[in-house]
Amino acid sequence: MNKRSLALALGAVFFASLAAAQGGADRRRSGYQDMGPALQKMQDDDTANPAMLFVQAGEALWKQKVGAADKACADCHTTASMKGVAARYPAIPAGADKPVDLEGRINLCRTTQQKAEPLRPESDDLLQLTAWVALQSRGDPIAPPDDPRMAAVRAEGERLFTERQGQLNLSCAACHDANAGKKLGGATIPQGHPTGYPLYRLEWQTLGSLKRRLRNCLIGMRAEPYDYNAPEYVALEAYLMERARGMTMDAPAVRP
Amino acid sequence: MSRILLSVVIAALCSVALWSTAVPAQEELRSYVVVGDSIPDSLTGYPGDAERGRAIVASRTTGLCLLCHSAPIPEERFQGNLAPDLAGAGSRWSEGQLRLRLIDASRLKPDTIMPPYYRLDRLHRVAKGFADRSILTAEQIEDVVAYLASLKE
Ligand code: HEC
Ligand code: HEC
Repeated sequence: MNKRSLALALGAVFFASLAAAQGGADRRRSGYQDMGPALQKMQDDDTANPAMLFVQAGEALWKQKVGAADKACADCHTTASMKGVAARYPAIPAGADKPVDLEGRINLCRTTQQKAEPLRPESDDLLQLTAWVALQSRGDPIAPPDDPRMAAVRAEGERLFTERQGQLNLSCAACHDANAGKKLGGATIPQGHPTGYPLYRLEWQTLGSLKRRLRNCLIGMRAEPYDYNAPEYVALEAYLMERARGMTMDAPAVRP
Repeated sequence: MSRILLSVVIAALCSVALWSTAVPAQEELRSYVVVGDSIPDSLTGYPGDAERGRAIVASRTTGLCLLCHSAPIPEERFQGNLAPDLAGAGSRWSEGQLRLRLIDASRLKPDTIMPPYYRLDRLHRVAKGFADRSILTAEQIEDVVAYLASLKE
């Protein structure tokens, strides 16, 4: 075999294995991949990503002693132990009987360990702490827990995801499964993966949780948003995390 | 088909298609008669206003049409592409066919994502401010029908 045909043969092998690697064709795209390059750059650069200001504030809160127990998060946890946590939740914490999302988990520590009041949903403190914890999982694959009890939670989430609701009679799946990548008015419909939360949304001009995002979509469908503490969000979040299993965490992200 | 047979067919359609039994609303839905894939008669009894219809279609808070469709409304820059272009709708469909597609497109395609603009039943968890009212009123439906019918190619 001469050099040229060897190169061709090697090339063919290379492309065949590339095709094989993509054989399971993962068509999943994060919201990051659907954004323009300017916003991607803003997210990639920690000195330009506005969410990083919230992370800094979150780090201070992590070290702050609070509650009747006068304990800081950092008194019980190392920073290293927070790696992968955001990639795992919602989950059923040890000793608990119902699933909570990351914000819920933080509030469990507030009430049971720190003996303090739970932080209000969507409050600055809760978002900042969540953002700091989520940053520790940056680059990790989304890895929902194997806990068999979570199967029913995810199934409920999937049911909610595919159920039509609201005056416009749409389901989440109608947009995020059937029409992702197309234009809804001026917006590209993302596949709806939860890789980047909490994130800084230019439209909100602040950091917001996944719950806030889901509420926005529900309001757009003219459906009654669930109450902030409703189990429906945890179920939807658990389903979204399962749907995104293996995708890379990039919180705190930026979105238009 | 003889006249009599036709009227029997229409009467049969009426008995299932009359919407007058729908839930009491702020403005009760008017009844209508579906004939084949069309609702031939105006909901209001008079023709709509195409210019008002255009404004409804263009509006992001009233018609919402441009979220999904594109239409020959060049001043609206952001138009959707989840649904067929509305340009030429008046050449492809009769007024009656357009009326049915707006009022309740799920009658033609049960899994359509085109919202039911004049229907109150079979909806779940409608937000408080929108409960018990159709997306558009009967007058607005007729205005949009008039506008779409004017879109000839
Ligand atoms: C009519 C279309 C539509 C429906 C229905 C809809 N969404 Fe969305 N969703 C969008 C659009 C468009 C965005 C992108 C944000 C924007 O630009 O407004 C989005 C964003 C999201 C995101 C954020 C993705 C990211 O990368 O940050 C998630 C998660 C999501 N939706 C989940 C849901 C869930 C769950 C439901 C149902 C409760 C739902 N959506 C219903 C259109 C929809
Ligand atoms: C959430 C998306 C959505 C919205 C909002 C919407 N439509 Fe549609 N519409 C569709 C889809 C999708 C179809 C195609 C039918 C199908 O395949 O289900 C359709 C079909 C139609 C048709 C038939 C077109 C053809 O050529 O077959 C007309 C006419 C129409 N829509 C008009 C309107 C008008 C007018 C409005 C606003 C008052 C509107 N639509 C709002 C999604 C939408």
